[in-house]
Amino acid sequence: MRKLRIVKDKTARLLMLGFAIFTIMFLIVIGLSLFFKALPIMREKNLWFLLTSSSWKPFKGDFGFLPFIVSTIYVSLIAIFIALPFSILTSIYLNSYASKRIRRFFEPVVDLLSGIPPVIYGVWGTLTIVPLISNKIAPRFVEFSTGYTVLAGGIVLAVMIIPLLISIMVEVFRSIPVVMTDASLSLGATKWQTVKKVILRKSFPGIIAATVLALSRAFGETMAVLMVCGNIPQIPKSFFDACYPLPALIANNYGEMLSMPSYESALMFAAFLLFVIVVLFNGASRFTLNQIEKRYQFS
Amino acid sequence: MKQFEEKVFRIIMIGAALIILGVLIYIVGTIFFKGLPSLTWDMITKVPGGGFYLGKEGGVLNAIVGSVYIIFGALALSLIISVPLVMYINFYLPGGSLFSNIVRFCLDILYGVPSIVYGAFGFALMVYLGIRASLTGGIITVAMLIMPIMMRSFDEVARLLSRDLPDALLSLGATRYEMVKVILKQLMPGLITAVLLAIGRGIGDAATVLFTAGYTDNIPTSLSQPAATLPLSIFFQLGSPVEEVQNRAYASAIILTMIILILSFSARYFSSKFLKTRI
Repeated sequence: MRKLRIVKDKTARLLMLGFAIFTIMFLIVIGLSLFFKALPIMREKNLWFLLTSSSWKPFKGDFGFLPFIVSTIYVSLIAIFIALPFSILTSIYLNSYASKRIRRFFEPVVDLLSGIPPVIYGVWGTLTIVPLISNKIAPRFVEFSTGYTVLAGGIVLAVMIIPLLISIMVEVFRSIPVVMTDASLSLGATKWQTVKKVILRKSFPGIIAATVLALSRAFGETMAVLMVCGNIPQIPKSFFDACYPLPALIANNYGEMLSMPSYESALMFAAFLLFVIVVLFNGASRFTLNQIEKRYQFS
Repeated sequence: MKQFEEKVFRIIMIGAALIILGVLIYIVGTIFFKGLPSLTWDMITKVPGGGFYLGKEGGVLNAIVGSVYIIFGALALSLIISVPLVMYINFYLPGGSLFSNIVRFCLDILYGVPSIVYGAFGFALMVYLGIRASLTGGIITVAMLIMPIMMRSFDEVARLLSRDLPDALLSLGATRYEMVKVILKQLMPGLITAVLLAIGRGIGDAATVLFTAGYTDNIPTSLSQPAATLPLSIFFQLGSPVEEVQNRAYASAIILTMIILILSFSARYFSSKFLKTRI
């Protein structure tokens, strides 16, 4: 009887260790399998050509990823530029100004925004943002725009990453020791001065880490962006041109390309590229955020 | 002067918060406003009829059922791995051990991997194993997507559990396995929250099931058949040139939004049972 208990415990331990190793391996397996799937195209053309050529003619064997890479970067940067001020201001407000009741009220708002599925954001974008750009904003700058543009993608994406930014930044701001803000306040600084000179300065690494994390989320967002950004493989010349980010490229073409091995490999290359960038960005920012959290625990 | 600056920034900050609140209301409002006129009982009780994609009779029951099948399959699969793993890194390994930190770091990264990458990887895996686009494929891929979400949020709860309970159990002579069984009961609300969050993310994601689950107008009867999903159904209907079909896309969007709202609020209910509120 007593032995059985021990055996159970030992088996459970081994099994659990197995799961833990499986989880670590899983990350490596995804990376490796995408890499090997992408290998044929990297052998065929050289890596530099794939990344810098802008000629995308799959049926002639031209796979230049530059338009897609540039589109991804444009859309994500617009999203960050729009989302960052809103998120910083709101998180400061929630952290240093708002009463407990307002904070309680705002929690589900952030939760819901982050819970709304990408497709719904896409529907909303096509219903509101796209016509807004095509009818109101674009005519002021260019002659004609369908509304399915870089800007539309950026705006929709901005709304999608705001909840992520807010939830991380609130954590970061909270990790600043109360003693510091109290010292500043007791010296006669106003709340805003304290925010500006103490909180923002002290949490700068955290804000950068949150931004990088949000950026990597933006890089990989598929459905919502695909629905509003036009999907034309070109290097966008202005905010009012259509664009074609990497995830949209994969989503739109993956089902049909099985007959052409080099096309499949090219799309896998896109997935691999996305994977590598996201893992690097995520790794770096999570590492920074973990350091901040640790400092908080011991302070 | 500094009082003035204080006031100005306070107003700007409240403004920013209000705009974010406004955008949420705007999104939900737009979806409901556009979709309500086309939302009928038929939408949720019937599968697409013959002329569905021309604007004739039918509903999206196929997609609702397909989504539910996939998410529950994925849930079962990821629970089997998540629960033991979280128990292991929290209660088997000594606190702050290097290995558990490595596992957590990997989870953080897996959490950030875009769903389209899981979709592409899942599809490649299916080709390798010789599985066609089917319920099985969808379940496996969605499980990959929701596993890190579930583990991370369950882990956060497990970390907050006071050390007294495990210590007391161990000192009474329980093995770690017996200890974990008791702790799990204690952590139940946290696990439920984690599960609800995972369901919310999994049911709304389209990029993972795009190539792996396929699409069909029928309700799948076996694991090897393709299955429709709600997000894809919205996406495809929206792409139709027929106006009635587009309107049905908005109605389907209401269904999905309602599911998410219910999940989100119940997750909040269960986590408030366990945690003091955060933010």
